[in-house]
Amino acid sequence: MVVRIICALLFIFAAPVLGGLISGIERKLSARMQRRVGPPVTQAYKDVKKLFGKTPQIVNRAQQFMVISYMFFMMITGALFFGGADLLLVFFTLTTAAIFLVVAASVTHSPYSSMGVNREMIQMMSYEPMVLLTAVGLYLACGSFNVSNMISTDLMPIVKLPGVFVGFIFILTIKLRKSPFDISTSHHAHQEIVKGITTEMSGPMLGIIEIAEWYEKVFLLGVTGLFFVTSNPLSYIAAAAVVLLTIVLEVLIDNTSARLTWKQMLTSSWIMTLVCGGINIVVLEILK
Amino acid sequence: MEYIPYLICFPFVAACIIFLMTNDNVRKALATVFVVAIWILTGFVAFDFISNGSRTGLLFVNTHTVDMVMMGAEVFLMLLVCTLCIKYKKYPVMLLSIIPTAMCIYTEICCEGIKHTAHIRADRFSVLMCLIIGVIGGLIVIYSINYMKGYHEHHTEVRKRVNYFTALLFVFLGAMFGLVLSANLIWIFLFWEITSVCSFLLIGYTKTEEAVNNSFRALWMNLLGGFGFAVAIVMVAFIYKNLDLIEMVAVSDKKVLVPVMLLSFAALTKSAQLPFSSWLLGAMVAPTPSSALLHSATMVKAGCYLLLRLSPALCGNAAGFGVSAVGAFTFLIASMLAITVSDGKKVLAYSTISNLGLIVTCAGVGTKATVWAAMFLIIFHAVTKSMLFQCVGAIENSTHSRDVEDMSGLVVRYRKLAFIMIVGIVAMYLAPFGMLIFKWAALKAFVDSSAYNVILVIILAFGSSTTLLYWTKWLCRIVSSGSSAKKEEDKTSKGQYFSMFVHVILAIGLCALFNVISETFIVKYIIEVFGGDVSFLSDGNIIIMAVLVGAIIIVPAIIYFMTKDVVMNIVPSYVAGVNRQDGEYFVNSYGTETKVEISNWYMEDIFGEKVLSKTCTVISSVLVIVSIVASIGGAFIW
Repeated sequence: MVVRIICALLFIFAAPVLGGLISGIERKLSARMQRRVGPPVTQAYKDVKKLFGKTPQIVNRAQQFMVISYMFFMMITGALFFGGADLLLVFFTLTTAAIFLVVAASVTHSPYSSMGVNREMIQMMSYEPMVLLTAVGLYLACGSFNVSNMISTDLMPIVKLPGVFVGFIFILTIKLRKSPFDISTSHHAHQEIVKGITTEMSGPMLGIIEIAEWYEKVFLLGVTGLFFVTSNPLSYIAAAAVVLLTIVLEVLIDNTSARLTWKQMLTSSWIMTLVCGGINIVVLEILK
Repeated sequence: MEYIPYLICFPFVAACIIFLMTNDNVRKALATVFVVAIWILTGFVAFDFISNGSRTGLLFVNTHTVDMVMMGAEVFLMLLVCTLCIKYKKYPVMLLSIIPTAMCIYTEICCEGIKHTAHIRADRFSVLMCLIIGVIGGLIVIYSINYMKGYHEHHTEVRKRVNYFTALLFVFLGAMFGLVLSANLIWIFLFWEITSVCSFLLIGYTKTEEAVNNSFRALWMNLLGGFGFAVAIVMVAFIYKNLDLIEMVAVSDKKVLVPVMLLSFAALTKSAQLPFSSWLLGAMVAPTPSSALLHSATMVKAGCYLLLRLSPALCGNAAGFGVSAVGAFTFLIASMLAITVSDGKKVLAYSTISNLGLIVTCAGVGTKATVWAAMFLIIFHAVTKSMLFQCVGAIENSTHSRDVEDMSGLVVRYRKLAFIMIVGIVAMYLAPFGMLIFKWAALKAFVDSSAYNVILVIILAFGSSTTLLYWTKWLCRIVSSGSSAKKEEDKTSKGQYFSMFVHVILAIGLCALFNVISETFIVKYIIEVFGGDVSFLSDGNIIIMAVLVGAIIIVPAIIYFMTKDVVMNIVPSYVAGVNRQDGEYFVNSYGTETKVEISNWYMEDIFGEKVLSKTCTVISSVLVIVSIVASIGGAFIW
């Protein structure tokens, strides 16, 4: 129990540092893929620091506490996950956090922001089935919904869940807002809907959203690693290697693909969910 | 136990008195008194039951005289339906009323040697249902007597028959009490038919052409279900010589699958599952209190109640598989359809159908854990949906529109109504509130039950994501307000607010207290029916949920008060540099000003009624027919 609480606290304090570092690495990698030198790895921290130095400008007062609640529930999500709680509960809390961001954007009554909100909701609808099936798949492979039990099996869950893993990586691209699925907002401000869901977020508020995204990134990569963790401590190295590979892969996809329309995203992610996740789970349940 | 007959009869007496009262104020006062009386009676029944150690109470073993009265009531109902059918020239519907009534009376007179069993049975499940019906139903009546005045000011074309309307609500409550407390199939059938006819009369209240058509659709669909019910009664009476519902479920004979399936069929029609869901959508032409009543504590829940009673007999056979398939299919399709409609009441109606689908799926799977989840879904759905309907009704009375798009900026225009609406919506689908906890429990239970149920898990995953979309959309519309939005005149009366705020307290309070209900009523009921030991959500998870319930209410509030006084630049929203500096208008390419209009997406080309309806009706009809045929096959051939 003590270990679990320590892990949860560790997430709350260390995840922003790690998340910022990963963001920096991603930008560096991305730049190298485009044969640019790119910013230093610490650039992400500097950006956020600068954001906090700016004068807050808001459209609606409610934005403020919605955005902070968004970050708060993102922290809870990750803390529950690294604290070894029920995976379904973790994912439900993740949804609650995401809803706070959506509401924060829609209180502004801004056209670009609302467009982003509509698209964000479609994104949620696209990835949600696979998120639930990931939890179900891990349950079938490990025999428990509790993350603390999932990490103490003898066999890597990936062995039983190759399809679910592929499906999860697919929706991870949506979740991390990477091209081709950077539909509701983009890390690059050259979109037809400006910055989409974050159009009306500026200064410290945007900084909070950045930090929340770092939390989310660390949490999601944690779920990716979960597929490789067993009771053997060496498996953590394998998991870390896979997480790094996933980061490289996501950056590669981001750089090599053009943005899709929301319809293409919806159909492709649902088909992936059914084909990869669905079939894998059915097979697993039959073999059980 | 001695209060139970009063609980059933009192609403009928109250209805007669209300019907005869022509003075508005007197009737209003009387109705309030009657509702309070119903609450007290329900409280007495529940208290009496618990203080007697929650022992199952059995009443009325020999009931010759009462049976005669019941038979008279059945004939009266049949005559009423026939008269109205002749008046509106809907002759085929008459057959659906005459034949089942005749079958029932024939059984009662001609079938000899039927075992004498108790006609009233009060166990934990019945008493729990009584509490739901009494509390929620009573609140709806209180809302209704305050609502109808505003309704008739707004709908001047409708003839004012408030006494008739209120009386019907009381009849409905009485019938529901009767239905959940009866043990004898013929008695259940009578109350079942009363609820069918009552909802038919409520839907037809406005007497417009649409209302008449919709009411007859509701009537024939429900009477068709009643037909299945009557056939089941005849079979059970002549084969087993025993009309007790619980004893029938416990029979370990394969042939019993046929009446079980027929009763399930009746329950599917009443719970508005596909292909019979259109009657519930049509029901929204009636004034809002009747929708609130039909959708929450009564009518559709009668179907769920019956299915849950049958579910021990449904576990792991063709009938159960059919029922859960129909339920899961309905859950998914109705949640997709809810995305494409913008009429607030219609969204709520689709959401009801969808949630009922989930309950039906749980009942069809029929394991301990699914029954547990289903019973909680019934409670939480009743509270939340009743609250949402009442709120939409109040919004309609004030703004003359119930379209989701017209609710833009509600949070500024009608603060209190928006608050209730937000609590209702959030309680319907977000962690850590009621509906989601039990959807979660259902998901776990499906994974743990037999292997084919993994298909249900996949359907549930997709249905959850579409559910997420239609609620979030609505939530966004309510909170999104332009800078010109101002406070508007609220026509909602105090009585309406009383009812709605009690619902809000119930919706939040139940989240905190559900473990108590689980321990006092549901867990023990399940042990009684299924035997063995049970454990559902672990204590650790319950604590985390409780903390989260607190956090989701307290954290935003704390942050709000902390940041309230921070000085910030309030700026107009970004409109690519061409706004009029108020965030409401932008300058178009002709140099004139255009108002910024923001609306939701409805995706009719993907999930629209036109795209899905026909195919879904065909698929679901096939599912229903196949499961009936398979049950008959299962009973007689294998």
